[in-house]
Amino acid sequence: MISVTRRYHFSASHRLHSPHLSDAENALLYGKCNNPFGHGHDYVLELTITGEMNRDTGLLAPVATLDHFVGDKILRLFAYRNINVDVPEFACLVPTTENVARVIGELVCRHWTESFGDLEVRPWKIQIQETDRNGFELLLPVLSVENPSAQRNESVMVHA
Amino acid sequence: MLVTRKAEFSASHCCRAAALSDNENWALFGEESHPSGHGHNFIVEVSVAGEPDPVTGMIIDLKELKEILEREVVEPMDHRFLNHEVEPFGRVIPTTANIALEIWRRLEKQFRPAQCHLARVRLFETPDLYVDVTPPAHA
Repeated sequence: MISVTRRYHFSASHRLHSPHLSDAENALLYGKCNNPFGHGHDYVLELTITGEMNRDTGLLAPVATLDHFVGDKILRLFAYRNINVDVPEFACLVPTTENVARVIGELVCRHWTESFGDLEVRPWKIQIQETDRNGFELLLPVLSVENPSAQRNESVMVHA
Repeated sequence: MLVTRKAEFSASHCCRAAALSDNENWALFGEESHPSGHGHNFIVEVSVAGEPDPVTGMIIDLKELKEILEREVVEPMDHRFLNHEVEPFGRVIPTTANIALEIWRRLEKQFRPAQCHLARVRLFETPDLYVDVTPPAHA
């Protein structure tokens, strides 16, 4: 089995605050991440694809096609943005990195076929580092953010 | 259990398909298609799977793993132009995927099956692009 992983970088701000909790509960749960003015990170996103390598080209997919796809479908939405305010999916969703991973996974899966439908490759995994001490991995596909139980893996792996 | 050893080699390559036009090669390979070639500091991480020997406590002696990587990968590829000097890249385009597959082929026979086996080859072309080869190791 062969897979290709491409790493991307984006900087964004967010605030962790759940409307289902009181201000005091939010402050206790999220600590500094509940700061009302928000704060930011330099996120590192890895997208791993797998499938059949084209024997004539030695490629699973052209890197430029992958870069254009991630740039257009993901980075354009998140880079240099306030995730709570600027990314519509987070209007009612706390932008923990678990949820950022889920939304990015869902966007990748939703738009995959229109960009890669003629290639025998599929998205396999995304990994997000919020900082270099917090990493999150999510196996794809993610079918629906609104219906998390439809996902192949319901939990997001967290490693220190 | 896995044990992983890292090695580095610097090499030049050029990714173009002879049957395609310059424009088609650019669309597929981008900057990698410049005919005169360019180079990378490739980093290869080789993972071997097995159980620690009850006497030595080791899956494989890391000195032996280091020697295998040096002999099979670093010595033949370091400071070489892969297309011109390293088989099979005279006829196979040395994309990251093909180099990783070739490293797998060179390494898979190097381990004693009763002791350990090759589990993964991870090849970084740059810090932002890497390929994993795992069993079954075919494209």
